[in-house]
Amino acid sequence: MTKVIVVTSGKGGVGKTTSSSSFASGLALRGHKTAVIDFDVGLRNLDLIMGCERRVVYDFVNVINGEATLKQALIKDKHCDNLFVLPASQTRDKDALDKENVGRVINELRDSFDFIVCDSPAGIEKGALMALYYADEALIVTNPEVSSVRDSDRILGILAAKSKRAEDGIEPIKEHLLITRYSPRRAAAGEMLSVPDVQEILSIPLLGVIPETEAVLQASNAGIPVIHDIESNAGQAYRDVVARFLGEDVPMRFLTADKKGFFSRLFGA
Amino acid sequence: MSFLDYLLGTRKKTATVAKDRLQIILARERVDRKGPDFLPELRQELLQVISKYVKIDLDQVKVNLEHDGNFEVLELNIVLPESITGTKKSVL
Repeated sequence: MTKVIVVTSGKGGVGKTTSSSSFASGLALRGHKTAVIDFDVGLRNLDLIMGCERRVVYDFVNVINGEATLKQALIKDKHCDNLFVLPASQTRDKDALDKENVGRVINELRDSFDFIVCDSPAGIEKGALMALYYADEALIVTNPEVSSVRDSDRILGILAAKSKRAEDGIEPIKEHLLITRYSPRRAAAGEMLSVPDVQEILSIPLLGVIPETEAVLQASNAGIPVIHDIESNAGQAYRDVVARFLGEDVPMRFLTADKKGFFSRLFGA
Repeated sequence: MSFLDYLLGTRKKTATVAKDRLQIILARERVDRKGPDFLPELRQELLQVISKYVKIDLDQVKVNLEHDGNFEVLELNIVLPESITGTKKSVL
């Protein structure tokens, strides 16, 4: 059975698109046929992060309006087999999406894909609501920072009230917490909410923690999802996330800081 | 913050402050979320009725639903402008 997964957060700039691109790539690397859809109509960026921006001919809205077929609009990823990208439209606005037509496109994708990853726009407007409406599972991308945690809590409320699963009164969307931009050193120093803090506040199961790493910016510069950078902590953390999502028991990594010297601890660095 | 600060207990760590603040505000927001959907509409209609007699802003009508054990208390808080009679005349 095809699974639809929304990557969402409420707040902008927390790493939804970075996470969508690496998560979808990771699923594909593990041999699953995966489609990743950019729901940020008007502010398309998934194509840039995945390095396929120059190959966009047709987009999601073209498919919705029947101006192109899915086959024409889907872009085959060049970094891994089994992965296809459906870019957002850059010229329309979010009202171009509606439940009925988004549902039609997702159902058509179900025929040929194992996983459909929906990269949500920020906010709680139409685009974000459409991205989560058909979801079976959700990755809640959260930074260890007050506004991000609050917005994640808000999104959890919306998942529970406004998704199709909620409307149909069936088993609710399965929620996964993905903490990104985590600095173990700052958390240890009491300067940043720690992983247990965020988990306690949001009380949903933790899928993974992506450490704040320079590699993420380098990956987006290059247009290659950071999961392909197996040297980097972030790349390895995303591989762990995918493995856990697929049901493997993988211990959490990158949660503790490198040890500092005695004097720097005593006097503060 | 250094270890000496910690020993002297001079400052509360900001992460702890963040956690406390979040727990308080989210507890409140979660209660609001559980409330029935009609509250905003009720507020709007109340405002329409009141503004027939008194000039008043939307943010001066507060509608709160609180849960207290088995009770649900619907609390209305309407702040009227200082000179009601004067305003009333001008409306009439």
